[in-house]
Amino acid sequence: MSHPILEMKGITKRFPNVVANDRVDLELYPGEVLALLGENGAGKSSLMNVVAGLYRADEGEIFIRGKRVEINSPRDSMNLGVGMVHQNFMLVDTMTVAENIILGLPDIPFRVDMEKVNERIRELSEKYNLQVDPESYIWQLSVGEQQRVEILKLIYRGAEILILDEPTAVLTPQESKELNRVLQQMTSEGKSAVFITHKMEEVMAFSNWVRVLNKGRLVTVKETQKTNPKELAQLMVGRDVLFRLAKKERQTGDVILDLKDVQALDDKGLPALQSISLQIRAGEIMGVAGVAGNGQKQLVEVLTGLRKITGGQIRIFGEEMANKNPLEIINCGVSHIPADRIARGVAGDMSVAGNLAMKCYRKPPLVKRGILHPRRIIDLAKRMIDMFRIDTPTPQTHAKFLSGGNIQKIILAREIDACGGVLIAAYPSRGLDVGATEYIRSQMIEQSECGTAILLISEDLEELMTVADKIMVLYEGRIMDILASSEANTEQIGLLMAGVTEGKTAVGHA
Amino acid sequence: MIELLTSLLAITLRSGTSLIYATIGEIYTERSGVLNLGIEGMMLMSAVTSFAVVYHTGSLLLAILTAMAVGGLLASVHAFLSITMRANQVVSGLSITLFGAGMASFLGQRLGPETNSGYLVGLVGAKFEPLNIPVLSRIPVVGALFNQDILTYIVYLVLPLAWYYLYKTRNGLNLRAVGENPQTADAMGINVGKVRYIYTIIGGMLVGIGGAHLSLSYAPGWTENITGGRGWIVIALVIFSMWNPARAIWGALLFGGINAVQFRLQASGTNIPASYLNMLPYLATVVVLVMLTWWEALSKRVGAPSSLAKSYMREDK
Ligand SMILES: Nc1ncnc2c1ncn2[C@@H]1O[C@H](COP(=O)(O)OP(=O)(O)O)[C@@H](O)[C@H]1O
Ligand SMILES: [Mg+2]
Repeated sequence: MSHPILEMKGITKRFPNVVANDRVDLELYPGEVLALLGENGAGKSSLMNVVAGLYRADEGEIFIRGKRVEINSPRDSMNLGVGMVHQNFMLVDTMTVAENIILGLPDIPFRVDMEKVNERIRELSEKYNLQVDPESYIWQLSVGEQQRVEILKLIYRGAEILILDEPTAVLTPQESKELNRVLQQMTSEGKSAVFITHKMEEVMAFSNWVRVLNKGRLVTVKETQKTNPKELAQLMVGRDVLFRLAKKERQTGDVILDLKDVQALDDKGLPALQSISLQIRAGEIMGVAGVAGNGQKQLVEVLTGLRKITGGQIRIFGEEMANKNPLEIINCGVSHIPADRIARGVAGDMSVAGNLAMKCYRKPPLVKRGILHPRRIIDLAKRMIDMFRIDTPTPQTHAKFLSGGNIQKIILAREIDACGGVLIAAYPSRGLDVGATEYIRSQMIEQSECGTAILLISEDLEELMTVADKIMVLYEGRIMDILASSEANTEQIGLLMAGVTEGKTAVGHA
Repeated sequence: MIELLTSLLAITLRSGTSLIYATIGEIYTERSGVLNLGIEGMMLMSAVTSFAVVYHTGSLLLAILTAMAVGGLLASVHAFLSITMRANQVVSGLSITLFGAGMASFLGQRLGPETNSGYLVGLVGAKFEPLNIPVLSRIPVVGALFNQDILTYIVYLVLPLAWYYLYKTRNGLNLRAVGENPQTADAMGINVGKVRYIYTIIGGMLVGIGGAHLSLSYAPGWTENITGGRGWIVIALVIFSMWNPARAIWGALLFGGINAVQFRLQASGTNIPASYLNMLPYLATVVVLVMLTWWEALSKRVGAPSSLAKSYMREDK
């Protein structure tokens, strides 16, 4: 066997309250893909940031192409041919694609010839089939396009060792496929990659090796061919994971959420929702399938008071709630798990307890004559932390220090605790590891058993099929069909998502 | 009438020059993500030291270099506090203004000759004289542009160069990235701390020239509070120009212009109390500022560098 192009030995990385990596070893062979797995907070990003030069390891050695190297800064790392796509995009919003790609490059001329740069970027995007306009600004791009820019950065710099930290977590299935194709193209050119993901299909499809981290320790090294998703999930979480959840038969009750002919516009003033009519009963989970950008975002926003409707009716518990403000809607019993949980779900600089109390702080016993009771807030937080098994050093820890899965648990705990009968959940398991995903799904099922009406939006058809009772498919702001999940299959849903009904396309109809 | 306009433009330019230097300086500092509220103090310090140097040595060049050194030195104190020590930038900047104002006043009573018991007030030294550019300076009204001192002529060059550097060069690109998103800049191999130090200090040097222009040209000599709050106007002008050096000229000319009109009115002996007239430039700057930025913010995605006044540390979360 050839020598590893990247080798890490005994890497330890400590942060004030945690040991993120505890004597971790890693080997990456030329032309191969190493999948790095582990729960949220297992230390995957920290380990890779050590190679990228953003973190300094406290102990351990790194060898690149057989030579011992010191990586003290991202510059050192780049000079060694390492390129990393970070878990959170590293892009400057107010700059163009081209400017982002050449940022920090030492060997571009002092007077930048943007035309030449644009030309080169066009060539590369042609070659790798990564369509993006070098002159558009980052803020104008969709998440998928931004991810393409990240990949182009690596290609433009000629990185040989690629590190991809959950690059598909925020992508639609189509976009993920595209990215995986590019990654395969690059490895076939002899580049090597470390690939971090929670998606087992991706691991199985094109990695050569798998390494699993658990609480900062390396627990397994396996050849991909000699393992399977079930075993890997078990190794990650340290227990068996149920991919299929048991759902009890249950009675549904009255109609709780009732939409009639709802219409709304998007930010550009174009129709985003067109005559949406649906009913969700108590104890029912309605799944929403659809390619991103077909009205899901606007649907959530009109239901939570964040967007005005231009026509139709929204009744919640029989009361007309269209175009009410978010507080009125909250008071009516609606809880919301937002898609962008960092921007809309938590206040990162506030304590975990503060975030947990954010929805019920207006009411006694947390407040008395307009004054908050810090002790009672902490007590409430402790109760919720126990119940939802939120992994936080203390209730006073700032929310931003928690891992993605635990941030999602904060939101879930708060929203379920304050839930008055309606739960709107947008992509609740996005970016979560298998353990946390299983937990969130089982919580939703449990809630529906208690009589909550749930709208679940997800890009994961598997999730919709296991969790939801009914699945509605959105296409260009319309409901293509509503199916019972026990009778639906993924192919059928896939066709509806593409706008195809029984052999004819939906475009132009209605 | 033409004569009136010519003289108004001349005064406008003369009072605008120091503002343009300081505004460009602060734009560069803020573009790197550092907010320096010490401008008022830095301008006062460089005004008093440069005048003292010119009084004792007669060298204008030495005086300007002193002003740049003093501005750069105070800025590096701010850089150390806010970048290395990660102090609150507002507090650090305000302390520099308080220190600078007090220190300048103190130096104004010590750096003078013994014959004047150490006072600088009331002394006359060398100053930047207007340099008449033949032919061009005789054009009606516009001629005022070509009858200025050398510092103003240099400003004509500094303005476009500052714009070009920021938007068209590699260094400018890196600078903008550091102020906008230091995490990304760092990950892309840019040394965030170094860039912030460099442009905070360069910014301070430009502010220093702005201060020196007051005591060496605009109002030659040293008087207490010679800046008259210009350091604060600069903060407003930076916002007014939307952190774009090319636009620094409009704000500076507006302020300078109203100042010029106000002088004229006072000289012509209106019965509006002088204190109201003195208020005018400041008032107008604030009003226009509010209106323009409001309108800009609505119409475009431009604004303050996103990480302005936020410290950056690599392993922070
Ligand atoms: N910059 C940081 N400061 C403090 N703690 C951190 C920092 N980065 C990561 N951690 C902590 O280190 C642990 C591992 O995090 P991370 O490497 O991001 O995990 P993963 O990528 O596997 O989800 C977590 O407990 C996380 O909170
Ligand atoms: Mg991570």
